[in-house]
Amino acid sequence: MVNLGNDEIVKYPFLAEAGKYLSDKGFSLEQFGTDPDLKKIVENAFERIITASEGRIFKSDFSSNNSALPLEIFSFLIAVILLKLSGMNTLIRRFSLAEARRAEKFLEKDLMNYQDATKTKLSLQILEELFSMTVEKTDKGFTILVRDYLKHSINFYEREWKLINRKVVNGKVHLTSHETVRLVRKELDRHIYTKINSSSSPDMIIGFETYVDKLKQLAKKFEVKTVESKEFPPCIKHAIEVLEKGENLPHSGRFMLATFLLNKGQTVEQIAPLFKNAPDYNPKVTIYQLNQLSGVSGTTEYKCPSCEKVKSQNLCFPVPACDTIINPLQFGRKRV
Amino acid sequence: MNAKDVTFLEDTFKKFYFEHFDLLHVPDNPNQREFGYQKFNGGMNRHISLKSDKDLHLLLMQNKPSDVYCSNARYMFPNLPMAEKDWQNAEIIFDIDAKDLRKEHPKDNTLIKCSDCNEISSLNESCPNCQSTKLSFTTLTCNDCIKSTKDEVVKLKQILTDDLGIDQQNIKIFFSGNEGFHIYVSKSEYDDVGSKERAEIADYIMFRGSIPETFGFRKFNMNKSSLPKFEDDGWGGRLAKHLYGTKSNRPKILQEVLSGGYTLFQKRLEDFRDSIGIKIDPNVTQDIHRIFRLPGSINSKSGLTKIFVEDLKKFDPYVDACFIDDEEVEVVTNCPIEFSLKKKKFGPFNNEQVSVPKFAAVYMMCKGIASSV
Ligand code: SF4
Ligand SMILES: [Zn+2]
Ligand SMILES: [Zn+2]
Repeated sequence: MVNLGNDEIVKYPFLAEAGKYLSDKGFSLEQFGTDPDLKKIVENAFERIITASEGRIFKSDFSSNNSALPLEIFSFLIAVILLKLSGMNTLIRRFSLAEARRAEKFLEKDLMNYQDATKTKLSLQILEELFSMTVEKTDKGFTILVRDYLKHSINFYEREWKLINRKVVNGKVHLTSHETVRLVRKELDRHIYTKINSSSSPDMIIGFETYVDKLKQLAKKFEVKTVESKEFPPCIKHAIEVLEKGENLPHSGRFMLATFLLNKGQTVEQIAPLFKNAPDYNPKVTIYQLNQLSGVSGTTEYKCPSCEKVKSQNLCFPVPACDTIINPLQFGRKRV
Repeated sequence: MNAKDVTFLEDTFKKFYFEHFDLLHVPDNPNQREFGYQKFNGGMNRHISLKSDKDLHLLLMQNKPSDVYCSNARYMFPNLPMAEKDWQNAEIIFDIDAKDLRKEHPKDNTLIKCSDCNEISSLNESCPNCQSTKLSFTTLTCNDCIKSTKDEVVKLKQILTDDLGIDQQNIKIFFSGNEGFHIYVSKSEYDDVGSKERAEIADYIMFRGSIPETFGFRKFNMNKSSLPKFEDDGWGGRLAKHLYGTKSNRPKILQEVLSGGYTLFQKRLEDFRDSIGIKIDPNVTQDIHRIFRLPGSINSKSGLTKIFVEDLKKFDPYVDACFIDDEEVEVVTNCPIEFSLKKKKFGPFNNEQVSVPKFAAVYMMCKGIASSV
C-alpha cells in the first residue's frame, strides 16, 4: 500500500488499519472510554456520525492534528467502533457515503496540486491501488483508458457520462480532476462501507454505552417502511432501491417513481418518506412537488412516463414480463 | 425450398468445402469457442465444440450445412447451455450491412416477391399480378451498395484507430458473404469488456446520445459557448467539418447555432446521427454471446463466401467471394432484373429455363428466384 504520512491519513483515514494505528500510537480502545482527555474524541466521533447521517460532510481542522494526538484520525477510528457497536447498517451506509464525499474533495485537490508533485502522485496511486484505475496526468487534465472509463461510467444515468459526450483520443478519455474522482464515487463509498462492515466488532467499551444507545435511537428515524414492491416493475424497484441506499436518483427517476405510485393510488403522504434518504431531501419541497404531480395543488395531473421514455433515461431494466407493455403501469397486468 | 434444390445446393456447397479446406479454419483457441450450423430448411444447431480444423472439415462433410457459425466469445465450457458456459472474453465485432445504409430500395437492383400470389417482379409499390402490397424485397448484386458500405467501413476504421486507440493490425475486415462487412478487432484491450460497455462503444461510433454541452454549447451562459474547431480530435472535429463545411464558415454557422438555441441544437445533433454517425448494427456489437458466420464458409443467402478482405479498395465481392465453379447447369428462373457475377451479366429471365454457370444458378437459387430442373 501507499506510504502515508499523518497529513494523508487525516484526509483518507479509511486507509489506516484501525487497531494497528491506535496501538502504534500507544493507545488502547478502553482508554477512550475512561480517560477524561480522550473523552472529547469520542464526543467528536459521535458528532462525525451525526453530521454524516444528516448528509453533511464533516469539516476538517488540520491544525487539530498534531502527530502525537491526531484528533481527526482518532475520531474517524472511534466513529467506526461506535457504528460497529450500534450495529446500525443505515448509519454505516450514511457514514461511508459522507466520508467518501469528504475523501473525494481531498483527492480532487491533491490531483490538482501543482506545487507539490508528491501529492498528485499519491492520489494517482490511491486511485490505482483502490480501484485499479490507471490515471495519467497531462498538461490540461487527466486521461484514463476507455475500457477503464466504461467500467465505471456505465453505472451512471446522466447523459454527460456517455462515452459519446467525452473527449476520446487514442484509446483514452480526457477528464478533469473533478470528473476523475467523481468516476469512482460509488466505489469509494463501497470501499469504505465494506471496510467498516468487515472489521471485527469489539465488545462494549465502558464509557461508550450512551453514545451507542443514542445511535440506535437515531437509526430508527431513518428506517424506511418500504412500500409493497412485489408486483412493481424493475424500473420502479430500482428507483426505490437507489433511494433507500441514500444515493442520488436523477430528477427523471423521481418523477417516474412519484407518478407511478400516485397512479397506483398511493397518497402523497405515503410516498414522501421514500425520498427522505435522498442526499438533498427537503420535506417541504418534496411534499409540494408531489402535490404538484398529483394535481391536488396544481391543475394538471401527470402521467407515468412510457417505457420508451424511461428507457431513454437509462432507468429501464427490463425483464421478460416487460416485453408486452409500453408503460410501467401495465406491468404485471394479466391480459384478457 | 424444394427437396431437389436442397440436394443440389448441399452437393454444391459440399464440393466447394471439399475443394477449399484451405479457406476453412477454426479460429484461435478453438476449444473455447462455440460452433453452430444450420441445414437447408432446418433449425439452428448450437453449443457445438470443435477442437481442430479436422473436426470442422468433418462436420462440413457429414452434415452438409447451409451455414456455419462460430462464437467470437471464448468460454470455459463452450458446449454447455449458455448460462453455464462461463464467458471469458470475446473479440469485439462490428457489422456494417448495405440494408442498414439504404434510404430506399435501389430501383434497378431490387425485386419484389408477393406474399399473396408468389409473383416475382421488378420494384413496384404493389404486386402487378394481384395488387397486393404484402411484398418482400430482395436486392441482387449492386455495386453502389458495396461502394457505400466500403466507405462506411473506412470511416469506422478511422474511429477505431484514432479515437479508440486500436492497433491498425488488429482490425480485420471480412466480407459477410451477402452485402456487408464484419469488422473484427482482436487482441485488444476491449476483449474482456462486457455487453453494456460494448453498447456504449456502439453508441459512440454511431454518434448516439450526444448533448450540446459536449460540443461547447453552454445552456445558461450562451455567449461563453465555444463550438468545436476543424482541427479538434474525435467527434468534435468531425462535427465541425460537417457543420461548417469550410473553415471560413465557422463564425457564421456558430452564430446561427447559438441564436437557434439549445433545444434546436440538440435536435440537430440527433439528426446528425444519420449523416455522420457510422451505421453499424449495435445489436451485433453488444451481444457477447452471438455466433457469427465462420470465415471461409458460404452464406446461403447468396452462395457467396464470407472471406477475409486484404485490400478493401480493390475488393470486388462479386468476383473475389464467388468460388462456385462455372459448369453450365439448367435452371428455371424468374428474374425480372439484371445482375452480374464474376464480371458476367445475367438476366433478365422471364420464367424460363436457361443454362447458366453454376455460380449464377446457385446465386439465384439462394435468392429464391430459381429452381433446378
Ligand atoms: S420495460 Fe417498462 S416496465 Fe419494464 S423496466 Fe423498462 S420501463 Fe420499467
Ligand atoms: Zn401478388
Ligand atoms: Zn445498391
